[in-house]
Amino acid sequence: MTIDTIDRKILTATQGGLPLTAQPYAEVAGWLGLEEAEVVSRIQTMIDSGVIRRIAVAPNHYALGMVANGMSVWDVDDAVSEELGAQVGALDFVSHCYLRPRALPEWPYNLFAMLHGSTRDEVEAHRAEVIAILGDACRSNDILYSTRILKKTGMRLTKGR
Amino acid sequence: MRRKPLAPDALDDIDRQLINQLQDGFPLSNRPFAEVGEALGTDEDDVLKRLANLREIGAITRFGPFIDAAAMGGAFCLCAMAVPEERFETVMTLVNAHKEVAHNYERVHHLNMWFVLACDQPSGIDEVADRIEAETDIEVKRFPKLKEFFIGFKVSA
Repeated sequence: MTIDTIDRKILTATQGGLPLTAQPYAEVAGWLGLEEAEVVSRIQTMIDSGVIRRIAVAPNHYALGMVANGMSVWDVDDAVSEELGAQVGALDFVSHCYLRPRALPEWPYNLFAMLHGSTRDEVEAHRAEVIAILGDACRSNDILYSTRILKKTGMRLTKGR
Repeated sequence: MRRKPLAPDALDDIDRQLINQLQDGFPLSNRPFAEVGEALGTDEDDVLKRLANLREIGAITRFGPFIDAAAMGGAFCLCAMAVPEERFETVMTLVNAHKEVAHNYERVHHLNMWFVLACDQPSGIDEVADRIEAETDIEVKRFPKLKEFFIGFKVSA
């Protein structure tokens, strides 16, 4: 999938956020000297092709009371890791769920799932639920609690290319 | 970014419904906020005021297009480093200075610094990770995603 210079300008102009005005796409079009209809159709094309995953809000879990977040990591049998990963990813206390390569010997874990709760105890209870789902297919697990957000921005495009 | 919970009454039911609904997507139309307002039983002006407030108080961190680096020929990669405690702040400053570092968390583990690199070309991941290794003299372990299971997280409404 390739995008052209105008697509790129649209992404660059909106990556800090859509303007909070009644006609946000017209506003963006005005910034770039385009018509609103062109901005809308280009964004639609980029959504269809997967360049833009979606236009959405990112909630701040901490502000919303989900102050206990843990990155749970699991060593799951490769033969069933896709099937079980999909089950874990569908749990509504899980925000992100991925298969990743192990880094043996010190890192045996291949399934990563972010668990959220209002307390550490609640996160540990969620972890127990995941243990039950994975059963014998899981050889070991750990959970890494975050103590500080050091940086958080969206993806930033470099200009031009 | 705000890390402390908001007061329990900071958000009302409509705010929570708005956050949940807008995690799934936002209309591509001439008056998108009016459409969202209609779905929530309120109006355009109210939705705009609520979103501005949610951003102001830190209940949401972003509102806009989420770009898939991979679909653009780029790449994301989760990375981890084992940073000695006494060097933590210095290393954090060096890592965060790279614009490709999209977010970075301190975690309780031997591998205590976890960050995501987002680059617009796949070769960028190793270039930046190698540069961070050279700058910090600490190995950057790389955990690219092999498969993603999407993803929902709901605020209790």
